[in-house]
Amino acid sequence: MIRRLVALAVVVLIGAMPTVLAVEGLSPLIPQGKGERCVEETGFMRRNHMELLKHQRDETLYKGIRTTRHSLQECIACHAVPGADGTPVTIASEKHFCNACHGYAAVSPDCFMCHASTPGPDRPPTIKGGEL
Amino acid sequence: MSNTTQGIRGSPVAAENVVFKTTPESATDPSRRGVLTGALALAVAPGVFLIGGRAVAKPNDQPVSESVRWGLLVDASRCAEGCSDCVDACREEHGWGGAGGKPTDPQWIRKVSLKDRTRTVSLPVMCQHCESPPCVDVCPTGASFRRADGIVLVDRHICIGCRYCMMACPYNARSFVHEDIEGQKPHMPRGKGCVESCTLCAHRVDRDQQPACVERCAHEALVFGNLNDPESVIAQRLAGQTSTRIRPDLKTNPGVYYQGL
Repeated sequence: MIRRLVALAVVVLIGAMPTVLAVEGLSPLIPQGKGERCVEETGFMRRNHMELLKHQRDETLYKGIRTTRHSLQECIACHAVPGADGTPVTIASEKHFCNACHGYAAVSPDCFMCHASTPGPDRPPTIKGGEL
Repeated sequence: MSNTTQGIRGSPVAAENVVFKTTPESATDPSRRGVLTGALALAVAPGVFLIGGRAVAKPNDQPVSESVRWGLLVDASRCAEGCSDCVDACREEHGWGGAGGKPTDPQWIRKVSLKDRTRTVSLPVMCQHCESPPCVDVCPTGASFRRADGIVLVDRHICIGCRYCMMACPYNARSFVHEDIEGQKPHMPRGKGCVESCTLCAHRVDRDQQPACVERCAHEALVFGNLNDPESVIAQRLAGQTSTRIRPDLKTNPGVYYQGL
């Protein structure tokens, strides 16, 4: 019985390995933010970050509410990825945090037609680029 | 969290009610100004707090309020001819003005000279932040709007660049962005195809700072403050000396006043 189970496990593992490798190669390489954790749970952010940003933009523009929790500026500052020269890469680079997924999914965000895609000069990036 | 996620996917109305009721920042970060105001401030009206007798701007998580009307006083008798510090400060703060100096480049504030037989006065002209703004009246999408505290702004997210507001503005205060822009300031998103104008430095005012032009003016020709507060410097200066506004006959009730004309 135990032998059978071990044999089954080995077969399953061997069968699964190519799949795991394939997924790793195909998934977007998402650079890690510099904080310990995001302002919301990661899965929630993946699904809903656009709703949070849209909500915050109206709160800020119309009501002058300038909290930082869901502010695009803060996202950009925390998720800035330094380029070869150490300065943060812009949205033009495929290493940019937003581009990691948006480029992968071929969904173009319009935010950066107007908004800065890098933090200001007083907010240098502190994370390493390209890490999972 | 999974319930919340389903809520937002299920209905946008639920999203308003459930997802965005996050803890206010002042409650999660005790170092922020909100706690100070909570402990020390006496709320006299929504949006206005008294700390040590001095009115200060609202906490970050509070909306702007109608109890404040931000205004600007330009003392033309102090404004120096040939000086463009206010224009330079505005350009540097917001990043407008192309390198080429084309006639179509955006211009949020400009120096104007008025001459009569005996003298010449120099003064800056910018968005007059009207109480009844013609730009807001004509905007077909609702992108032009007036904030509760009197600052007139453009919501670039819904501006379609039709430029009706530019035609309606009696002060020629608005500009259209004709060309692609790169290197925007993080606090001032700007883009091609939208109309823009002086924001009275809303991003600075919300943080209890003066507009960039007022801060830069070495001649003390610009005074910024709350017109509704009789104790404010601007209200006292207006009460003590005759002032005028540009085209008062239009009854737009601008928030920008001029003295020494």
